[in-house]
Amino acid sequence: MGFDLTRRRFLIGSGVAATGLLTGCDALVENATVNDVLQKAESLTLGTQRLLMPHQPLAREYTEADMSPVFKANGTSQPDGEEYARLMESNFADWKLTVNGMVQRPLELSLADLKAMASRTQITRHDCVEGWSAIGKWTGVQLGLVLEKAGLAPGARFAVFHCADEYEKTLDGSGQYYESIDLVDAWHPQTILAYSMNGKDLEVAHGAPLRLRVERQLGYKHAKYVMRIELVDSFKGLWGGKGGFWEDRGYEWYAGI
Amino acid sequence: MTSVTTGTSDTGTAKPKKVLFYRHSVAVRVTHWLNVLCLSFLLMSGLQIFNAHPSLYWGQYGADALPDPSFISIGAVQDGDTIKGVTRIGSLSLNTTGVLGASTEDGELSPRAFPSWITIPSYQDLATGRRWHFFFAWFFVINGLVYLLYGLAAGHFRRDLVPSKGQLTPKHLAHEISEHARLRFPKGEEARHYNSLQKLAYVGVIFIILPLIVLTGLTMSPGFNAIFPWLLDVFGGRQSARTIHFICASLLVAFVIVHIVMVLLSGVWNNLRSMITGYYALKIEPEKDKSNGL
Repeated sequence: MGFDLTRRRFLIGSGVAATGLLTGCDALVENATVNDVLQKAESLTLGTQRLLMPHQPLAREYTEADMSPVFKANGTSQPDGEEYARLMESNFADWKLTVNGMVQRPLELSLADLKAMASRTQITRHDCVEGWSAIGKWTGVQLGLVLEKAGLAPGARFAVFHCADEYEKTLDGSGQYYESIDLVDAWHPQTILAYSMNGKDLEVAHGAPLRLRVERQLGYKHAKYVMRIELVDSFKGLWGGKGGFWEDRGYEWYAGI
Repeated sequence: MTSVTTGTSDTGTAKPKKVLFYRHSVAVRVTHWLNVLCLSFLLMSGLQIFNAHPSLYWGQYGADALPDPSFISIGAVQDGDTIKGVTRIGSLSLNTTGVLGASTEDGELSPRAFPSWITIPSYQDLATGRRWHFFFAWFFVINGLVYLLYGLAAGHFRRDLVPSKGQLTPKHLAHEISEHARLRFPKGEEARHYNSLQKLAYVGVIFIILPLIVLTGLTMSPGFNAIFPWLLDVFGGRQSARTIHFICASLLVAFVIVHIVMVLLSGVWNNLRSMITGYYALKIEPEKDKSNGL
């Protein structure tokens, strides 16, 4: 009897507490100061990971036997717009990658130019922020080689990838996909501009003709449909100012976790 | 050990004596309550993250039901004009409408794995869920390290948590299980120390489940994968680690439920006081108890 009363009182009490807590939680979630404090953890994660990887270790590379039977395509699977449609029609023969911004020699590179450079092939795991993983084989040119060709201007700190896909339709164009990484990841040996996947030309659903692979970060950093690489000292002036499409929508800029 | 004097055989005048003893140090009390805070937010934000892809796999990869077989998934299927929540464990499918797979959000039955009343925020928002999860994960790890250092330095583990030899004999364990099942808890001098079931539960949570949940969490991070590639080998892949992370969280929830029930049943105010002020009250029976063989 005593137990029943205690138990019932406990259940009622926790029900009331849970309802109050829930409303309270959503209020906390939307509080700017709380968000600023919580976001400090991102710097702690970046700082800790960078501290523990002075030797720039590689992400694990797998064998062909480990590959996913089907590699899930996520995000945009077919960019809109006449320009992309035209490029697709000619099988990207007219496509050119622009490298500009804070560089000494702005570049215009065709797919053939990129394929003529030294290539790297890697079988790696793609980790989506949602929680799933897929293993695929990527071939491309190391981003560091392209950046060396262009030569960085003093003060350049980030490489920004401007993409052909507009992931969210907006009037001001802020739904355009873009991403950015710093120079530590830009020069990592596994950071490549991939033009081939699983031994074939990159499919449109996976970002044709060129996508970024930045293997020690989550999937949304691996920009697809890369049209232009811009070197900047800050991404304050770009769209939402957080350095990427998903970053402007609340996700971490450093997606190593 | 106690200063209880031998009473006369006239039991009518011998009342049990209440003795307060200092049970929990400041470090234990502070880290305990910070842990309550951290684990509550970690669970709620963790379920928010799980909702973004409510399937669990084993191995290095796993993305969708086909062709990567998941062994646990929580989803919604169309059922006429409405939807039905389906929780699948292996080949077993359960209708869990209302709680798992499909539950009420803003007055409407919506497809979502865990219901809004247990996720933070209550609505679907992966970015915010992650921000809360990682903040409290750091908080939890730092709090845990403080506790571990204290426990080692102050002899808390050796003195309070490691079961004594006598506590681990099958006979003693069987006796304690049957006492617990009848909701009879140690009293008097015996309550000065944790009983063996308590010790085993605490040791299991502190030294097995909590470290496992941290390590499997790190195994899901592509950055930590590059730093500690052995994590992938220990847990058999990122997707296995994600599954173990989820199982550990479920075990922690089970532990907390049992823990709270035990606190309620074995003297809620005494227990709460001891975890707030440090002092736990013992009822010391006069001499006659000795003749009962205790």
